Amino acid sequence: MKKILLLLSILVVSAFAAGADLGAGTKADELNVPAIVMFFLFVAGTLGITYWASKRTKSASDFYTAGGGITGTQNGTAIAGDYMSAASFLGITGAVYLNGYDGLIFSIGFLVGWPVILFMISEQLRNLGKYTFADVTAYRLQQKPVRILAALGSIAVVILYLIAQMVGSGKLIEILFGLDYEFAVVLVGMLMIAYVAFGGMLATTWVQIIKAILLLAGTTFMSIMVMAQFGFSFDELFRSAVEIHSKGEAIMSPGGLVSDPISAISLGIALMFGTAGLPHILMRFFTVADAKEARKSVFVATGLIGYFYILTFIMGFGAIVLVLGAEGGAYLAEDGVTLKGMNNMAAVWLAHAVGGDYFLGFISAVAFATILAVVSGLTLAGASAVSHDLYANAFANGKKVDEQKEMMVSKYATVAIGVAAIIFGIAFEKQNIAFVVALAFTIAASANFPVLFMSIFWKGLTTRGAVIGGYIGLISALVLVILGPVVWTSILGNAEAIVPYKFPAVFSVPLAFISIWFFSITDSSEDAKRCQDAFDAQDIRCQTGIGADGAVDH
Amino acid sequence: MVEKIKSNPSYQKLISERSSFAWKLTITMLTVYYAFILLIAFSPETLGAKIVAGGMATVGIPVGVAIIIFAFILTGIYVKRANSEFDGLLNQVKEDVAKDVK
Repeated sequence: MKKILLLLSILVVSAFAAGADLGAGTKADELNVPAIVMFFLFVAGTLGITYWASKRTKSASDFYTAGGGITGTQNGTAIAGDYMSAASFLGITGAVYLNGYDGLIFSIGFLVGWPVILFMISEQLRNLGKYTFADVTAYRLQQKPVRILAALGSIAVVILYLIAQMVGSGKLIEILFGLDYEFAVVLVGMLMIAYVAFGGMLATTWVQIIKAILLLAGTTFMSIMVMAQFGFSFDELFRSAVEIHSKGEAIMSPGGLVSDPISAISLGIALMFGTAGLPHILMRFFTVADAKEARKSVFVATGLIGYFYILTFIMGFGAIVLVLGAEGGAYLAEDGVTLKGMNNMAAVWLAHAVGGDYFLGFISAVAFATILAVVSGLTLAGASAVSHDLYANAFANGKKVDEQKEMMVSKYATVAIGVAAIIFGIAFEKQNIAFVVALAFTIAASANFPVLFMSIFWKGLTTRGAVIGGYIGLISALVLVILGPVVWTSILGNAEAIVPYKFPAVFSVPLAFISIWFFSITDSSEDAKRCQDAFDAQDIRCQTGIGADGAVDH
Repeated sequence: MVEKIKSNPSYQKLISERSSFAWKLTITMLTVYYAFILLIAFSPETLGAKIVAGGMATVGIPVGVAIIIFAFILTGIYVKRANSEFDGLLNQVKEDVAKDVK
């Protein structure tokens, strides 16, 4: 164990040495030494945590949920960390930098799902579940078909989300550290396999917490530095930004981003219910001791995420003035319009503009840490779906599976998902990956969330309703995204999209709910009656947590 | 056992009050969010209006930030009531159950 981690550290160093050689003449202008030093400190620290966590990870419960010993505040910080991915740090700051006010609309959509998760499902999840959200959906339904559905939904979301993160991280590391894209993707993949396979949920959670704190500290510092330049006057900041930006005053009001109401509402549904169907987020609710701590987690997470989004708005405007308006176009590419690297790099160059090389190094390392932490959480959620839902429950045919064997399977699954992520990450390098995130959120909202919600709240739900409705949600989400503008027009090159909406959740989510309802009420089988009769007992445990302390094994 | 808990007055009070409170807060959040989205879709100029003549900040900025803060405050309101009132009722239910077991 110790040897493997040591080996991995050596590999990281050598990857950098090799990458630096290759990269020197190709991608990066110069080697960013402070960034690399900070990066090494982070990797060394997190591998240390992984080693510590591996000694404390003995049972399956330790592996999947850190033994349920995470406090509400810690878990809330980790959830915030899961949510403050590189996509939101770089992406939302970049969106504000490009479009001004419209960037804020995205942030709000991402945030408002959280209160709803708190009011509707966080405590219920904690009371009913053990390791994965399928524990909840399969609580009173037939194990096998429901677990397979949940596992497919989880794995689909995890893989799609992983692809987006891997491609993003490869690009980012290529620019920041001068490493080759393939090297970067392999490096991220190896590190995440190590964190998850050896350290399980405990290591994954602590990596996430540390990164969240670093990211919040870094963005706070950047925002203060930006505001200091304008005498802490927002009016001054906005005035300078309007002068520099090519869109002028248009950046101060809502623009073309949300042009038609159907798209706007659909995006809202996808973001809100999608969040409540992301397996790596749902899994975090099983790491705390009880419903009270689950509740506190969401409170902390909502506060931190909201604070972070307000900062991204300041940073985006700051970047317009200090990066776009920097003397001599220091941060612009040769065309004089786009940023060096890509427009998503606004936050990174802003770090250089306000804090010089060392702070750029810090923010680069934090951005890298962000990617590592998020992909680790995703991988763990995917591996749990394989080992806990498929291996230990769906295909065990009622036999009790040895816990150590189940853990072994989840470690193999971790390696398999990691390798798949590396291969997809390299294969998708040149692809437009925007649809991948749209698809992940739409599947989460259309397949995972409706079944989860109905299983908690609706007595009439039957196995048939859940399974048919869930698959209809999954397939309709998939088909509508493929026929939509991103895949049909941008990727397949057809003239006009058959479905004009990027996020088709406004259709697929209600369709899933209606199907679940219809195929449940028309189900008159023996099993349907059993499922419905079991609701009262489930509801009591769901509402009170009585019996939730691992006493009820199902 | 299931029937006993279901007929427990504290349990019934907990369920009805908590779920009506949770639904009210959810509907409040959804109303605020979709009102904002509809405003963007149908009347963007309302949000684009200047707060003070000659200034730069538009109405949309404090409104947007206020929604973020509002979401956080709602979670706070729920947690506060859940920690005191709902957990109190829950402990009552648990005590009653424990008595029955003996």
